[in-house]
Amino acid sequence: MFQDLQSQFLGSTIGGLVAGSIYALIALGYTMVYGVLRLINFAHSEIFMIGTMTSLFILVTIAPTAPFTIFSMIGILLLLIVASALVSGGSAIVLEQLAYRPLRKKGATRLAALISAIGASLFLQEAFGLKIIPWLFDKPGRVQQPAPRFVPHEELFRIGNGVVRTDHVFVIIGAVIVMVVLDQLVSRTRIGRGIRATAQDPEAAVLMGVSIDRIVRITFLLGGAMAGVAAALFVMEYENTDYRIGFLLGIKAFTAAVLGGIGNLRGALLGGIVLGLVENWSSIFLGSAWKDVTAFVVLVLVLMFRPTGILGESLQRARA
Amino acid sequence: MKGEEVAPSNGNPARGGFHPIDGMRDWWADAPHWQRYGVYLALIVLALILPAPWVGSFMSPDSDWTTVLIFPVGTYILLAVGLNIVVGHAGMLDLGYVAFFAIGAYTWASIGTSYGWSFWPTVLLGIFLASVSGVILGAPTLRLRGDYLAIVTLGFGEIVRITANNTDSIGGARGITNVPHPEPIFGVEFFLDPAPYYYLMLFAIVLVIVFSVRLNKSRVGRAWAAIREDEDAAELMGVPTFKFKLLAFAIGAMIGGFAGTIYASKAVFIEPNNFPFILSATILAAVVLGGSGNLPGVIIGAFVIAWLPERFRFLSEYRILIFGFVLVLMMALRPEGILPSRQRKAELREGTGGMGAMGAEVAGPDSEASAEVTK
Repeated sequence: MFQDLQSQFLGSTIGGLVAGSIYALIALGYTMVYGVLRLINFAHSEIFMIGTMTSLFILVTIAPTAPFTIFSMIGILLLLIVASALVSGGSAIVLEQLAYRPLRKKGATRLAALISAIGASLFLQEAFGLKIIPWLFDKPGRVQQPAPRFVPHEELFRIGNGVVRTDHVFVIIGAVIVMVVLDQLVSRTRIGRGIRATAQDPEAAVLMGVSIDRIVRITFLLGGAMAGVAAALFVMEYENTDYRIGFLLGIKAFTAAVLGGIGNLRGALLGGIVLGLVENWSSIFLGSAWKDVTAFVVLVLVLMFRPTGILGESLQRARA
Repeated sequence: MKGEEVAPSNGNPARGGFHPIDGMRDWWADAPHWQRYGVYLALIVLALILPAPWVGSFMSPDSDWTTVLIFPVGTYILLAVGLNIVVGHAGMLDLGYVAFFAIGAYTWASIGTSYGWSFWPTVLLGIFLASVSGVILGAPTLRLRGDYLAIVTLGFGEIVRITANNTDSIGGARGITNVPHPEPIFGVEFFLDPAPYYYLMLFAIVLVIVFSVRLNKSRVGRAWAAIREDEDAAELMGVPTFKFKLLAFAIGAMIGGFAGTIYASKAVFIEPNNFPFILSATILAAVVLGGSGNLPGVIIGAFVIAWLPERFRFLSEYRILIFGFVLVLMMALRPEGILPSRQRKAELREGTGGMGAMGAEVAGPDSEASAEVTK
């Protein structure tokens, strides 16, 4: 077992960082919406799924062929990221308008909103499985959809005995750039100040002239866009998707958000990375079948000792 | 239900609303004993003749009505009554309730196939194991609040399912086949005919309902209400909140385990995929849709949620799509549920029933904050 650890540790650390970056990007959407509305946006996983479908659609349409140059790789990846972010962000706004706003106006409990979110999630999954995927790709909707490769999955360099591939580098660099942009947006711009003010005290924010509806819309847009970026990177890295892809990734990302301290942007990043690493490390010992179990066991253990996550709650204090 | 009498609406018709069933509820609140027992009797007679074929020809033309009444209808009702104790009474959000259902089902399936025990004592064992697992999950995590508890319970549900999937001694992903039927009791044979299972399920439901109602009217129920409304205040008033939360969790788990053993005895074959997260979500939807905290509402909610997809089986693959849409629509129209608890409704105007209002303070034109602005 010690031999396994030695030979696989660096490799699974790299795998963990890649998976963790994607978890973290999705977790940002959960955590931002939670910070502003105190609501678990359960349908966020479907926003991610819509992003993967957008990326897949573009990839299938342009059908990239080898050889891949560095410019074509970055160009295609940027196109996927921008398109998925726009479509996912747009879907998140529509979701907010249709499934959450009516409840918000009635002052409903968060439990009612949660049920509405579960309903929306089921609806979107089924709509894609039944109609939209067959329509987009001319294939049965309920099977795994393979994505064409546009970044070679080849060794770029090694750290010890851990192989770093081109796609790994793209995922990690892409995620870092997007997170820095979001961090700056939330901590430095006027919109970011509005978001933080609303998260801190909605009533005071209203009194100070913040338009809550606008802030909520922007929050959903940003969170959805982050899920879209995650989706583009996911399709590049794992090269497949299906209509239920959002479920497990959504649960993992939400776990990551809670692990870091929900409502806290930096917490979501930390939680995502920790979750990705722990999962991959544990599968050295236990095999990948138990990967998901260890993720949740770690969550329970962390929450036992840090009941509000690793970094604690609140969007306003620990900024993005 | 005398316990649910509350102060009249505080003159806020926009939020309170008028319900045509209110008159019936007033009558019920004042009804003497003999009238109440008359209603109970009528309901039980109704339940006894419910599996009649002529009812089924309308209620479920595409599948066997009695079977539908056992699963999903009866099972969902049993689970919803159990989850209502956790969510509706104690105000804790449990997203992994299906784990207890699975533990009950696996208890009977593995013991019945491997050791050949009799069904009836094994039911008790299933209930016991489920409640123990509830305590094991609850003890370290019930200090968490709200959404943290929700994700931990969700995780627990997944842990149980994946563990069942990966453990070969209980069948792994293939599940357990040839789960035995219960032994005859009082001369009733349990075999292929669904009717005895229906009456077993009905007995279980009545038992659990009586248990739940009595419990909620006792000191325990008052403690739960206090915790639900304001946990800190309850703690300061001397309510041992942790103990009562754990109790709610364990009792909810017991009922889940009970439902699981009955389900397994009828099902013949069980596998980990019978217990997905979506089942937890569906049961929670039943509780909220019916009116969290109000038992008749919860039962109606569970019935509707279980029955609608069966009734519209002819829509085949569109059922779940429509189901999702109906959930969104119902919550938009009646966020407090079909038949909300009056006590909870009165509480909702002040507090948030333990669940917190979703941005109620930013709700819109009639919220307090904007009223301040437009003054």
